[in-house]
Amino acid sequence: MSGGAGLHESFIASARQSPRAVAVAEPGRGSITYGELDALSDRMRDRLARLGVGRGDRVGIYLRKSIDSVATLLGALKSGAAYVPVDPGAPATRGAYILHNCAVKVVVVEAALADKLGAELEVLGAVPSMIAVDGPQEGGAGLRAVLTAADREAKASPVESVRSSPADLAYILYTSGSTGKPKGVMLSHENAVSFVDWCSESFAPTAVDRFSSHAPFHFDLSILDIHVCLKHGATLVLIGEDIGKDAPRLAQLIAEERISIWYSAPSILALLAQFGSLARYDYSALRQVLFAGEVFPVKHLRALCEFLPKPRYFNLFGPTETNVCTYYEVQLPVPPERNTPYPIGKVCSHLRGRVLDEHGAAVACGSEGELCIAGPGVMQGYWALPEQTAKGFFKTADDTPWYRTGDIVTEGQDGCYTYLGRRDRMIKRRGYRVELGEIEAGLYRHPNVKEAAVVAFADEQTGVSITAFLSSREAKRPSLIEIKRFCAENLPLYMIPDRFAWYDSLPKTSTDKIDYQRLKEMR
Amino acid sequence: MTDALMQRIKNFIMEEFLPGESPDELTETTPLISGGILDSIATLKLVMFMEEQYGVTFEPHEIDKENLDNLASILRLLQSKNPTVA
Repeated sequence: MSGGAGLHESFIASARQSPRAVAVAEPGRGSITYGELDALSDRMRDRLARLGVGRGDRVGIYLRKSIDSVATLLGALKSGAAYVPVDPGAPATRGAYILHNCAVKVVVVEAALADKLGAELEVLGAVPSMIAVDGPQEGGAGLRAVLTAADREAKASPVESVRSSPADLAYILYTSGSTGKPKGVMLSHENAVSFVDWCSESFAPTAVDRFSSHAPFHFDLSILDIHVCLKHGATLVLIGEDIGKDAPRLAQLIAEERISIWYSAPSILALLAQFGSLARYDYSALRQVLFAGEVFPVKHLRALCEFLPKPRYFNLFGPTETNVCTYYEVQLPVPPERNTPYPIGKVCSHLRGRVLDEHGAAVACGSEGELCIAGPGVMQGYWALPEQTAKGFFKTADDTPWYRTGDIVTEGQDGCYTYLGRRDRMIKRRGYRVELGEIEAGLYRHPNVKEAAVVAFADEQTGVSITAFLSSREAKRPSLIEIKRFCAENLPLYMIPDRFAWYDSLPKTSTDKIDYQRLKEMR
Repeated sequence: MTDALMQRIKNFIMEEFLPGESPDELTETTPLISGGILDSIATLKLVMFMEEQYGVTFEPHEIDKENLDNLASILRLLQSKNPTVA
């Protein structure tokens, strides 16, 4: 079953087919039906068109996850624009940088954050139109009220939804960049629809399914949650960030909301197994547990599967640039003696995979190399970064662009890939990708920091731990509490190092660069 | 609010999450969650410590920034659950 050219068209088809079905539920804050969500996103489309948004533009979304933000992203797609979801919990300077970088025409912003974001945008000389929405209210009422008020000022006449071309951008997701600035991954409608159709084929969702929406919308896991769910006329259950990290409450929510398809980073599933007191509730509706974003330590996966033996478990793998590119179904039970992580599995049917060496030549089966991916799911490039885009691909003799994932793998006889590590300084933490260079750039903003070098270490409990090695400009070093607070103000929470180690100066190589090899031994 | 109780919880936070930090730096009002000291796992560990030590139970909805962002509010919540702890 194919959804057509535009990512939003399969949602529109679902809304025509079953307007009274619940499209999105926000526990504690009501729900919205397919018919109502279609109408609300039409109104958002009309308002965006009135503000001059059309095909080829970008619309920023600076809202917490809510029915309002789902309606906004659908409205943006219907208007022909790409949506750009930005984390409203991260520092406003970072959000403003992203919105300015891809020159959004309109930002839909939570009212309480509008002044701060507006001030940061002004510093950059950016002047997008702003639509300010009060904090989430029951069933999308907040957004509806804002659109009604705007209509009283200047009526937004109904326009047609744009029929997007496959190459039009559907969304831009910003990920950590090694230079300290986030970079925008451009995904087209074809990229998105080919992925969504693969999910349909692999997971066979139906209208009675209830999908979790655990990942924030600026994170690529949300593409499966939102768009696969809405294509199939199922119900999307929004999980806010506060409950999302809180294992006991989350366990209760999964049971009470009768979630049937769960998708998240492994770290939260590990927390559920350890701290969720899972035995308290009934999870009989749960039929699939999908996880992606980082290695799932087998110890915690085994504990989870022992608590919840009924669902099927899938390890999904892939960078934002391709979304999921390989997948592996874990066979239960997890053997008690197993301690090596599961393979990342086979290449998804809509993509092709190869293992290449650093020159782009294929390696012998079973040898180490970089996983490279081609096919309709592969991104269009990084926004306004043609050089980084070019570096991201190998071109083969037949002119096929192969996206270089940066992941070092081996291919088994059965076509299953095993993940070995990264070729660069990117790590995965709580499902987020983190460039260690971006943390360093953040630490250097502290007035007392003279040198900063960040190193990731394997950690049996959490998968990875981050240590910042620092030297100070002044004899009095910032206290641990002060430096942690500084990080909380300047970096997204998932980037804050676990340990801070101060030295008079950091070890150098013969060319006077920071010696990371020595640092790795100084743990 | 008893000083001994405050000291025990403070010691736990210092040992677990702020090793090497001077105890004077951690005051009753130092922001713990919003200040990047307690992440979600650390918060759950702290809650489990208090549940085991003081025989109380924290409801899922209580484990949040409003209740646990500094030592003063942690003690308030703890003592509201079990006024006999000292």
